[in-house]
Order: sequence, then C-alpha cells, then structure tokens
Amino acid sequence: MVSQSLPQAGAFGEHAQSAPWLERAHEWVVTVDHKRIGLMYITYSLLMLVVGGVEATLMRIQLAVPDAHFVSPQVFNVLFTMHGTTMIFFVTMPILFGFANYLVPLMIGARDMAFPRLNAFSFWMMAFGGLLLYFSFVGGSGLYGAGSAPDVGWWAYAPLTAKAFSRGHSTDYWTLALLVSGIGSIGTAINLVATILCMRCRGMTLGKMPLLPWLNLVMAGMVLAGISPLTAAQLMLCIDRYLGGHFFDTQAGGSAVIWMHFFWIFGHPEVYILVIPAFAFASEIIPVFSRKAIFGYPIMVAASVAIAFISFSVWAHHMFAVGMPSYGNAFFVLTSMLVGVPTGIKIFNWLGTMWGGKIIFATPMLFCIGFVFQFLIGGLTGIMVAAAPFDWQLTDSYFVVAHFHYIIVGAILFTIFAAFYYWYPKITGRMMSETLGKWHFWLFLIGFHLTFDFMHIPGILGMPRRIYTYLPGRGWGIWNMIVTIGVFFQIVAVAIFVVNLIRSYYRGEPASNDPWDAWTLEWSASSPPPAYNFAVLPEVKSRRPLWDLKHPEDPDWKYE
Amino acid sequence: MSAIPAPISSPEREWSLPSRGKTGMLNLILAESAIFTIFVISYIFYLGKSLSGPTPVEILHVPILDTICLLSSSLTIHFAVAALRRGKSKAFLFWWGATLALGLKFIEGTAADWYQMIYRENFSIKTNLFGTTYYSLVGLHASHVTVGLIGLSLVFLLALAGKVKQQHAERCEVFSLYWHFVDAVWVVVFTVVYLVGR
Repeated sequence: MVSQSLPQAGAFGEHAQSAPWLERAHEWVVTVDHKRIGLMYITYSLLMLVVGGVEATLMRIQLAVPDAHFVSPQVFNVLFTMHGTTMIFFVTMPILFGFANYLVPLMIGARDMAFPRLNAFSFWMMAFGGLLLYFSFVGGSGLYGAGSAPDVGWWAYAPLTAKAFSRGHSTDYWTLALLVSGIGSIGTAINLVATILCMRCRGMTLGKMPLLPWLNLVMAGMVLAGISPLTAAQLMLCIDRYLGGHFFDTQAGGSAVIWMHFFWIFGHPEVYILVIPAFAFASEIIPVFSRKAIFGYPIMVAASVAIAFISFSVWAHHMFAVGMPSYGNAFFVLTSMLVGVPTGIKIFNWLGTMWGGKIIFATPMLFCIGFVFQFLIGGLTGIMVAAAPFDWQLTDSYFVVAHFHYIIVGAILFTIFAAFYYWYPKITGRMMSETLGKWHFWLFLIGFHLTFDFMHIPGILGMPRRIYTYLPGRGWGIWNMIVTIGVFFQIVAVAIFVVNLIRSYYRGEPASNDPWDAWTLEWSASSPPPAYNFAVLPEVKSRRPLWDLKHPEDPDWKYE
Repeated sequence: MSAIPAPISSPEREWSLPSRGKTGMLNLILAESAIFTIFVISYIFYLGKSLSGPTPVEILHVPILDTICLLSSSLTIHFAVAALRRGKSKAFLFWWGATLALGLKFIEGTAADWYQMIYRENFSIKTNLFGTTYYSLVGLHASHVTVGLIGLSLVFLLALAGKVKQQHAERCEVFSLYWHFVDAVWVVVFTVVYLVGR
C-alpha cells in the first residue's frame, strides 16, 4: 500500500512528552497552533456534552412517570434552559469549530490558520463564555443569596427576561455568556474564511478544494451573518436590563415580538451553521468508505450555498403561532419548504456516492449511513411542521422537540461520532477499537430511536414542551417511559465511546499515515501531524491529490 | 515532510490568492454590518411608537459639520495610505494626523450633543422608546468611531516615532477599510436618524 511508503515525520512535541506537566499545560494554554486549539475545542465540548447530557437525563427521569417529584419546577426550568444553551453554544458549535480548526489547514495544504492568535483568542472567548454561563449556578443572585442559573428557556423570550420577571443576575449571565462566546464565534468564522480563501496550496482552486473546507467556508459565512444578529439582540437586552432601555418593554411601547424575530433570524440559520459541517463530515467519509469519488461535487457545493441563502429567509416559521398576517405565514411556509429542495439534492448525492460502490461498513461509515437515514426523517418532520396549519396544532409540543433532536442528535451528533472514528488515527496516531465502535454505534442507534421516535407520539397527543410534570390518565405515561429508557441506552453507548477514546490513546493499534486509503491532503502528513504540518507545501492538480499520487497511471486531473 | 512530491514537469504556474488582512477585515465588516442592520431595523420599527415625548423633531439637531468632518476623513485616510505606499512618510504623517483630528472633531460633536440632551434637556436612554433606540444606534456607531480613533492614535504615535515604513502600507490600508466602513455606516445612520426619522 502506498501509505506505508509515506515518510514518517517526528510527532510534534517530542520534548513535550518528557517535560513536567505544568510546563506541558502552559504550552497548551499559550498555544496558537491550529491543531492544539482544535483539540482544546473538542475536549472542552466533550466535557460540556457530559454536563448537558446530565441535565437532559435529569429531565427525562422527572418526566418518565406522571406526577413525579424528582426535581422541583424551578429546577426543571433551569435544566431545560441550561441544556439547550449548553448543547447549542458550548457543545455543538465548538466541537464543529474544533474539527474545522484541526482539519481545514491540513486539507488545504496550509501550515496554520490565517490568524493564529485570533484563533487562540476566539477559543478562549468561547471557553470563558461557557464558564460565565455555569458560574451563574453559584453567582446568579450575587452575594446576597444562593446561586440561580438562567431559567428563561434558551430562546429567552421577552418579557421573561425583563428585570421585573427575572430578578437577580441569572439572565445577565446568560446574556453575557452568549455575547462573549458569540464574539469568539465571529472571530473563528473570520479566521476560517480568510484561511480557506487565502491559504490554499498551489493548484487548489475553489473547484478543486475538498468538500470539507468548502462547506466550512459556507458555514463560516453564515456565522458572520447569523451570529451577529444574536450579538445585537444581546446588546439590546443588556441595554434594557442595565441602562433601563425599552427595546422589549411592552409597557413603554416596546415589542416582545421583535425579540422573537431577532432571536430566530439568528436561530434558524444557526441550525444550518451546525448541520453544514455535519454534511461536510459525511461528504468526506461516505466516498472513502464507498471507494468512489463524491457524486455531483459541483451540485453539492451549489446546494450548500443555496441552503445558506434560503436559511436566512425562513426564521419566522418558528413564530407561526404568534399571529403574523396571512401573507407572512404563506411566505415563511414557502421558503421553509424550499429548503427541502437543496437538502434533498444532497441526500441523493450521498446515495449516488454509495450506489454501486464497494461499501466498507467500518464504524465511521455506519454512523454516516445512520446520519443519512435519520436526517431524511428529521427533514420530513421538518416539512410537516413547516406547514403553518399543521404547526398551529403541534407548535411547542413534544413533536417539535422530537423533530429538532432528530436533526441535532440523529444527524449532527451521528456525523460527529463518525468524524471521531475517522480522524482519530490522524490526530493520535492510533486506531480506535472497531469492536467498541460497533457496540457504541448499535447501542446509540437503539437508544436514539427509542428516545426520539417515541417522543413524537406524546407530542401528537398534546403534551406541551417545557412542562415539569403531567397528570396520569393522559395517555402520555407509557411513551415518556420508553423515551427515558432510550436515554439510558444512549448513556451506556456514550460511556463506551469515552472508554474507546481513552483506551485507544494508550493501547490502540498504531495507525499508518493513511489508514483508510483516503484521498485528501491531511492523510499525506504523518499521524499525528508535525507542528508545521507540511515540510514542503504540497501542490495539487485535482480534488483527490492522494489518488493521483497512488494511481499515477489513472489520475483524477485527466477527467476533472 | 509531505508525501506530495513537487511535480517535476509542471512549470511555475501563476498562483495568487487574496490578501489575508483584507479578507479578514472585509469579513469583520460583514459581521458588523449585520449588527448595525439589526439596530437600524429596530430604530425604524420603533419610529413614532414612543408612548411619551420628546419626539425626534423636538430634540435632534442635524450634525452637519460633524458629518462633513467624518466623511472627509475617509478622503484623508485614503491620501495617507497612498502617500505611505509611495514611501512619503511626511505626507503620511500629515494626512493620518488630519484623519485623527477629523475623527476627534466628530466624536467631540457627538459628546457635546449628548451632554446637551442628557443634562440640559433631560432626555436619556431611559426617557422613552425613541431615547432607547436613538442612544443605542448612535452610541453603537460612536463606539466604533472610538475604537477607530484608538487605532488611528496608535499608528499616529508609531509614525511620530518613525516606526511606520513603506512596508506597513498594506496594514494601514486594512485599517483604512475599517475606517471607511465606519464612515459608510454613518451615512446610513445619518439618513435614518436625521433625514428620514425626523
């Protein structure tokens, strides 16, 4: 195999291995290396994933049976607020930024990001934003009372956030945490765009760039236009709370609905900010394990750009129940349905890639196949709730909760797991265990479907979201019990994943530079890559430079 | 130690990519534009919705001189960068200093205006909805001007110390993009607040 002949460069930080731990920790804190920052993002997100997961588990225990008293209503409000905020802003976004940080420079043949110090700054802003959010548990009421975490829901609708209804400082911590981490996100997005546009190696025109950098470029552009409205809205909320402004103060003529608009003009693009990097993972992994080049590369790029544009015109489908004029409803129904077109194109492209391929069912591929299937179902329930009359019936019910968890867990988290199994050998130089990986996949798949398939049903039966308990005799009990049982399957699966991550680091089978016989530039660097990535900057002639290298008799650039 | 060997037969092809600094700054401008857009929208949305006075026409004075100062500072910073690119550091110092002075005049005008309204006319961010939107939109812009002024003064001090050379022209140009953006935003804010909204 060609990969064996690839030269091994010294692993980065040989000196660091022997240095005392304080010195090593110091090196990580002051680092501006994109790989280390990427790993810090990923580690931070995994820790936060555990925190957010514990919050979800507590809620599910409370809801498993009717009339339960496991947690109080006040604590339940805190739990769903913190769960949503944590999972979106401090788990999913940073983990995707982490992978983007690690992979984008390697895949475009660069030695680092465009602005390494901005990169470190962005990471630490995000990290301290998360700490600020969780500090509210001890400091939410200042010095004169017990801590109180935010309990206004992750949308933080006005007037719940007004001083009169949210005493103490819990809402301030929420606002400032998102403001601070939002600045970090904007920094990362600026960095990604500049890296991808200005640091590509020789020959890598935009049409020859792998799909992962392409989709991360689209994602970063969306962050710039999508996170900024949230930053603006948080500034307004700060003005209201600290300076006595009236933006969202209905008693002074302000509007509570405009907060909804501002929140969702961020909130809906945010979903695509999260899912487009997930598409990126799938678009790199599915071809490699189907042993075929990606089907319809230009259409894939065009569809992603189309999704990005359309996603900025759909936000008010979160607000059908608010009472918009009928032409408003009609507009947002149509645009929301329109998103289904480029998204459907993507699903066909992944299927087209697999079709006729020599599929290898390794763990990364299993997760990607799960992703395609579940993303389709999550998309279909999305089309259902995009129809305004249907949404009037089911808005704010568990059906909606099931729908968006289908996307965030069933699609995004599945591809994140796939990405872990796929790139772990590159990052650590060791393979993850396939046996544990398969246990992880199947248990998580079962747990996921138990939880989120059955969660649709109480929603249809009328169970609203965010209630802390319900009376017996509604017919919701059995479904909630099944949903909660699924959670425990997921916990076991994630525990296996964590064991696999740690165990493989020490005892995993050593990985070659290119264990999957893949085609993109990161697999030409050693595993793990040296600090400088490439001693000689590569030059590419096609979308699959390593294919050209391994098959000089039949290179891609003859056909592209 | 890349495994990609340099292709032997390929001649040195042209390979040029956009400048990192300019791309980064343009992206920052994109993000900032989105923030300003939200503030401008809320200003327009809340026009005439205040439940109590004063109204814009009763209290706002059109800052014509300040506007002229700020807009002409775009021209002076352009001359400054052009001078630096040709290596004329005296001319650079003059035009850069002029930009700084014009920016300072603008912020001084805003400060005087606000002092008058807050302390003499008792019109603050708390007074009514108009006060909230007015002070936040104009204040957001003024804070961007202030950040710009800090940058301008920093470069000015470095230039006085003789540390700004011809090779720094691109960095100064990247900074000038920000300053042009601040000016362009003022055109929008001025139009919305003082022409349309009054």
